[in-house]
Amino acid sequence: MGLDVRLVAEQPAIATEAARPERGALHIVAGAMRSNRKALVGGVILAAFVVIAVIPGLLAPYDPHALIFEQTLGPSREHLLGTTGNGQDIFSQLIWGTRESLAIAVVAGLMATVLSLLVGVSAAYLGGLSDHLLSLLTDVFLVIPTLPLMIVVAAYARSGGLAVLIAVIVITGWSYGARQLRSQALSLRNRDFLDAARMRGERTVYVIVFEILPTMTSLIVANFLGAALYAVLAAAGLQFIGLGNPSDMSWGTMLFWAQNNGALNAGSPLWAIVPGLCIAMLGAAFALLNYAFDEITNPALRPKPRRAIEPSIRSSKSAT
Amino acid sequence: MGYLVRRLEFFLVTLWAALTLNFILPRLLPGGPEVALRTRFHGRVSPGTIKSLEVALGIHTQQGQLQQYLEYLGNLLHGDLGVSLGFYPERVTQVIMMALPWTLGLVGMATVIAFVLGTLIGIFGAWRRGGLLDSVLPPVFVVISAFPYFWVGLICILLFSITLGWFPQAFGSSSEVTSELSFPYVLDVLWHSILPAFTIVLTSIGGWILTMRNNMITTLAEDYIRMARAKGLSPTRIMFQYAARNAILPNLVGFAMSLGFVISGALLVEIVFNYPGLGTFLLQAVNNEDFSLMQGLFLLITVAVLLAVVAADFLTAWLDPRTRERA
Repeated sequence: MGLDVRLVAEQPAIATEAARPERGALHIVAGAMRSNRKALVGGVILAAFVVIAVIPGLLAPYDPHALIFEQTLGPSREHLLGTTGNGQDIFSQLIWGTRESLAIAVVAGLMATVLSLLVGVSAAYLGGLSDHLLSLLTDVFLVIPTLPLMIVVAAYARSGGLAVLIAVIVITGWSYGARQLRSQALSLRNRDFLDAARMRGERTVYVIVFEILPTMTSLIVANFLGAALYAVLAAAGLQFIGLGNPSDMSWGTMLFWAQNNGALNAGSPLWAIVPGLCIAMLGAAFALLNYAFDEITNPALRPKPRRAIEPSIRSSKSAT
Repeated sequence: MGYLVRRLEFFLVTLWAALTLNFILPRLLPGGPEVALRTRFHGRVSPGTIKSLEVALGIHTQQGQLQQYLEYLGNLLHGDLGVSLGFYPERVTQVIMMALPWTLGLVGMATVIAFVLGTLIGIFGAWRRGGLLDSVLPPVFVVISAFPYFWVGLICILLFSITLGWFPQAFGSSSEVTSELSFPYVLDVLWHSILPAFTIVLTSIGGWILTMRNNMITTLAEDYIRMARAKGLSPTRIMFQYAARNAILPNLVGFAMSLGFVISGALLVEIVFNYPGLGTFLLQAVNNEDFSLMQGLFLLITVAVLLAVVAADFLTAWLDPRTRERA
């Protein structure tokens, strides 16, 4: 799992040279949605999940925990997706599970991005020994295999619940972004506007926060999307093998219970399929946004109309 | 020379960090192992064994932390990962050796297939920009790469095993076939590996395609490609010997690295298919609170990845002179 997420997340690296002044993050996302179909699809899926996560009570017909129905019912008007092997309504579980799954993705994604920023940008800006040590730290975390590490940490801290889950994901997920952000910050280090800021006698913290960070907005957004995708998959994996809190309501824990009750063989396959599908869709939303983002910042990668057969000449100028 | 020294430093630091992490974790988050040890082993095993487990897991010892740490490192140096709590009295190394061949076979095979197929698709996709391969496959695989591996496995089981009945649903081989190295046995093992291997290929191929495609696109814009066209060389020759040959470097390096990740890459897929590899054992270790086995597996996987990364570094330095100059 870990490797694959990285390979895909690796794509934005190509676009890192562009260091022109950028607009705000929201502007970028809005512009991306307008001009790119992948971004639009990703954005719509994400928005739908956000709405569901905000108002699950209005959408879910039943209490997701209530064990009051007949077991392993098929889909029907009363139970859109049938019932679990324990007699709970699958659709209601799905709706209520959105909140925790989305929260983990966003919170862990944000925290990992902040950590990447802290380490990556300080390394680039401070240089010298600090850079060497911070880069070494990044490389170490980049290489230590995340899934086994996550499993071991989560197993030791079993009783910690959601906070531990998020902490584990952040600890194992920040390093990739840190390396990308460091290399972009490095390319900025000797720009004139930073010299000017230093000349004015601004403090290091001010220079980093108000001069460097705004020029890196698009890479930071891309990084967040990658980290959020990682968090979605990591949380699902950990919860699936029972390392979340099994009494929480989330897609990963639904899969855990479905697997433990042999849902596939016991005649309630929807119990295992639908939560996975939701995880996949949420993950795909982040992945699509990330990919579209990459196409926008690096025009050479955009899909081309059929007639442009000779790739070598036009790819750099293509405006589509 | 500077390059080699820096890579060596990185290798040693990472190895040390992983070993130390392994030592610190149980001490940082105490409770779990102690309870497991007490409930499971009290009065059933010799005090000596308990003592050595306690050293490994850092509980109830009178020694100072530093002494424990040195003892722990010394044990590792002798390849001693301790006794498995869950498979007592087997040693952790024995348990791992049982599972390792299965994982290496299954995931190794799947990784090679995904690499070769993905790279080829990437080459052809980039060559014919705007063609079917180029416009349809990349977004499809971007979406698939966001699917949880293990869930794709569940779907494959439901589809090909439960509904269609084509492939077995679980385990590495049937119990009817003896485990001697005979033709029916090999066939049976292969038969059982198709579905999990398919799952791994399906979920990992997207990364290869995208990397290769993007590198090809960059390479195809180079002047020497235009020159080759102007000379009137055949398209196949340009595609493979001029473009792909230069664009494949990142994929090759990725391949060298992923061979290390083979061991950890498909832990969850193995779990879904009840495949008798490392992933299934890791899950059992988690469920049994078998902390020594968990840590042993973590160490093994980390070392494998580290070796692969170093191999990938040397491969890059060997294939790409620019890396050597930069260093």
